[in-house]
Order: sequence, then structure tokens, then C-alpha cells
Amino acid sequence: MTIQTATQTSGVGLVEAQRAHFDEPLTLRSGQVMPAYDLVYETYGTLNADGSNAILVCHALSGHHHVAGHYVDQPKNIGWWDNIIGPGRPLDTDKFFIVGVNNLGGCHGSTGPASINPATGKPWGADFPVVTVIDWVHTQARLADRLGIKCWAAVIGGSLGGMQALRWSVTYPERVKHTIVIAAAPYLTAQNIAFNDVARQAILTDPEFYGGNYYEHNARPVRGLRLARMLGHITYLSDDQMGEKFGRGLRNDNLSFGFDVDFQIESYLHYQGDKFAGYFDANTYLLMTRALDYFDPSREENGDLTAVMRRASSDFLVVSFTTDWRFSPERSREIVSALLAAEKNVSYAEIDLAFGHDSFLLDDPYYHAVIDAYLKKVQA
Amino acid sequence: MNAATKKVLANRSDWNIIAGWVQPGERVLDLGCGDGSLLKLLIEQRGARGYGVEIDAQGVLASIKNSINVVQADIDRGLAEFEDNAFEHVVLSRTLQTVKHTENTLREMLRVGREAVVSVPNFGYWKNRQAVLNGRMPVSEDLPYQWYDTPNVRFFTLADFEALCEQLGIVIRTREVLDAKGQPVHEEHNFLGSLGVYRIAKR
Repeated sequence: MTIQTATQTSGVGLVEAQRAHFDEPLTLRSGQVMPAYDLVYETYGTLNADGSNAILVCHALSGHHHVAGHYVDQPKNIGWWDNIIGPGRPLDTDKFFIVGVNNLGGCHGSTGPASINPATGKPWGADFPVVTVIDWVHTQARLADRLGIKCWAAVIGGSLGGMQALRWSVTYPERVKHTIVIAAAPYLTAQNIAFNDVARQAILTDPEFYGGNYYEHNARPVRGLRLARMLGHITYLSDDQMGEKFGRGLRNDNLSFGFDVDFQIESYLHYQGDKFAGYFDANTYLLMTRALDYFDPSREENGDLTAVMRRASSDFLVVSFTTDWRFSPERSREIVSALLAAEKNVSYAEIDLAFGHDSFLLDDPYYHAVIDAYLKKVQA
Repeated sequence: MNAATKKVLANRSDWNIIAGWVQPGERVLDLGCGDGSLLKLLIEQRGARGYGVEIDAQGVLASIKNSINVVQADIDRGLAEFEDNAFEHVVLSRTLQTVKHTENTLREMLRVGREAVVSVPNFGYWKNRQAVLNGRMPVSEDLPYQWYDTPNVRFFTLADFEALCEQLGIVIRTREVLDAKGQPVHEEHNFLGSLGVYRIAKR
């Protein structure tokens, strides 16, 4: 259900995470200033002499910089989008130089709420500023400067990552040649914000949350984070797929006539929730969901998405999945409509896959053929 | 020339006519664009720009491979993605007979385009009439399907199409009619013509 990549052979093999420190203060959309910060990132393939073959992979809510390959000491820790990256794969490392970055505010090595705030010597916790998609794009632009990448051959992402790609195309139009937006939306609907709110409330009302400063209490709001993930997980899957995989199947043969786990779907969700709560930081979850809520580039043009998209100079590929109801095809078509009205080069594929929102991580031959066909045209 | 090549060429007999109507720099929307070959021709030979709309996944993939801007959508659900008067020409080549909502499709084409270019096979072509008189559904160059595997859902003659245009307040600006070999037909078009190619516009 959640797409497991652990059984696949890695396309890029051994990889190493790298760290870049930035001293130049960054003024965030909120007006707050990050005095300095670190970004961890990974790269695959080789940057060419004029730095024109780079592809930025933007990650989604729970993603990170470890996009492909595995670490020498963790052979089973394979990157979250390994299936699409490597020699001969759609994001072909023989042709492209692929960059994955852990977003600012993340919990996988980039500066985030669990990092030490130099001003206090304690973890940032609740004091970590609310970061937004455009803030991430600015930090990624600085990393691109550092790596010698003046213009991305392509910026690609799914879900929240797709929104970052869209943001890139209008914030740094001269620095993006191709934008690939997968399973995304131009902004969140009320229903989508509502899901995020319930997830946040689960965390915020956990007694172990301590107003976001749980680190200094040696506590973690595990229960809240677990619930948040369970709720999110339901929305990433399709009804059909869940029905097919679990149906009304029971874990044991008999009903317990109690409230322990009876159904397989309960068992599955609890497992996913526990696993996630075991490694993810609750403050990061709050930040990422807020970034989703706040995302709406059309605000800069009084709600006119077409007017915003006119700023872009890249070509676009927009992809959605028929069974995705969290970011439905209709939402992708809104992006496409705006791009058409703005007379941009755009192609749109609505792919029939059963896995709901999570389809974007799937190793499906047709889906990958579409990305591959598009990237084959991209000049490196 | 093998049979497959023949079929492809026959299927393209309307393309030269369509290409002749497109001026350099004009914006074209090709509905049911298949693998994008017609758009590619219009871009490369006529300097046009534009988009294709295709419902079939393999067509979408082939169009992307052909470097064509393609939007996967069902024409029968309208053209909501496109703005009014966004195109000089909206092309529907050999596809109207596969569309269920004929009237809405024509209205939508003339909403998003200043002009629509429509090519339609003629069920009134003499060979087709002969087939029906002989008691069988027609299978011909421009209607190459058997009744049980045809994607066509609307069966009409050129005269029927022209009557519908009249009824919808659509003006036929130009009409070119071809026989089964792709040669121009100058008389008795509803009898001798196998394919009609029309430029139509709002009155």
C-alpha cells in the first residue's frame, strides 16, 4: 500500500548525504528572519561543465533529501523515489545531475525545530518560525548557487513537492527550464485544510507536546503524531485500494467485542502510525502541514492563477492520478487551465492508477514512461 | 506500399487541406490528436503553435514523445480547460462521429476557437449506401471498422452534418470533399464524397 522500495535494486548505488551551511540571513514570508541555517542534501550523477543538466527533486510532507540510493552503513535504507532515479531510469543519472534537499524546518538533518537555536542554546521547538513553500524555494536557490547551478534543467516533485516545483517556476522563472508538477494543487481546498487541522490538533492537544518544547522535557507527542499520520494515511489511499487490500478482513477469526484491533485495516493503520511516530518530529509535521495550507501563489495576483503563471518561462508537465482524492485530477486541471490561458507549453497526463495520492511514488511502467518521454526532450 | 502505410496515408488525406488553412503563427487546438502527428505537421510545415487534446493514454504518451503539448481530457465533457477565443483554429479530424455530445462539442469548439475545422466520414458515400442496400453495414477507406468494433457512435452523412450546422447557427465557410482515394469531389458530394472537410464558424 505505502509504496515499499526496499526490495528494489538501487539505481544509483551508494550515496552520501552532504551538508551546506548558510550564514546569510533569510527573511521568511512571515517576516521573521532565519539568521543562519543548514541544509542537508544528496546528489546523484555528474554536473556538466556549464551546470545545465541539474534536476531538483522536491519532497513532500514527510520526505527528505535521501531520494535515491542507499548508505554504506544502511543498505536497506533506500531513497524514497529510488525507482525513478538512476542510469537508464526516467531521471537518468547518465544524463542529469539530480539534487535532493531536506527542506528547512525538516527533521532529517536540515535546520529544524529540533536543532539548537544559537540564540538560546536550546532546541528551537515552538520558536522555530513558520516556513512556507516560497521560503524553501529561496533556500534551494541558495543551494543551487553554492553548487554552481544557474538554471535547473527541471524541477520536479509530487504533492507538496509539486507545489514547490510550481513555486520555483514563478519565483525564479529564469532559473527553471522545465517544471514537472505531480499530484499537486494550486492551493488547498477547505476540506484539505480541515484534514491538516485535525492532524495538527492531534499533536497540539497531546499532553506530551508541551507547547512545542517537548525536547527539554525529554518527551515526544507520540500519540498525537501517530493519530495525525493515521488520518493522513487514510487520505493518501483510495477507497477501492483499501477495500481490495483489507476489505473487512479480521486480524483474528473472531470479533473481540471490545475496542482492540479487530480489523486488518486497524492493524495496518496502527503499524503505519507507530512507525512514523517513531522517527518523525511532531513540530516538523506541524510546519509542513501549515506550509501546505498557506500555499497559494495566486494570492500575489488577487486570486488570478493565470496571471501568476504568466511569470513562468519554463515548459510544464502536469500529472495527476485518477484515484487521488486528496489532490484530485480536478485540482491538477486547474493548474493546466491557468497554464493554457497563460499560453505556456504544457502537457497533462491523467494516469489511471489505483493507489490514490500515493500513486506518485509507484513504480508503474506507464507513469514512468510519461516522465521518461518528457525528460528525453529536456536538453541537458 | 504495404496495407498499414496505405491506411495511414488515406487517413491523412484531409491533413493537407487543413494545413492549407493554417497561417504561420496561428494557434491551433487539435481535438483527438492521437500521437500528435497532425499538430507536428502544422507546427513544422505551417509554423503554427498549439495543443492537442487526447483521451487515450497511449496517444498522450506518443504525443509527449512527439514533443507535442498534449492535454489528456475527454472531449465529450467539454473544453472547460480552455478559454474563449483562445485559438484561431480548433481541429477535429475524423473524430466527430466518435463523440456522443455532438452539439455541445461543436459549440465548445466555436467557443474556444474563432473557427473550427471538422473532417467527417460520409455515411452517405455511394459505397456505403451500396453496402447497406446489400444488407451489410459499410466498411470503407474512411470507415474502416466493423460494426462491432467501431469507436463511432454517431452515424451521419455530409448532408446531415450540414443540416445540423444550419440548425445550430453555424456557417460553413469552406467545404472540401474527397473520395475514398483522397481525390477532390466537385459534384454530388453527398453521394460521391467519402470524407468532408469543413471550416465552420459562428454566424
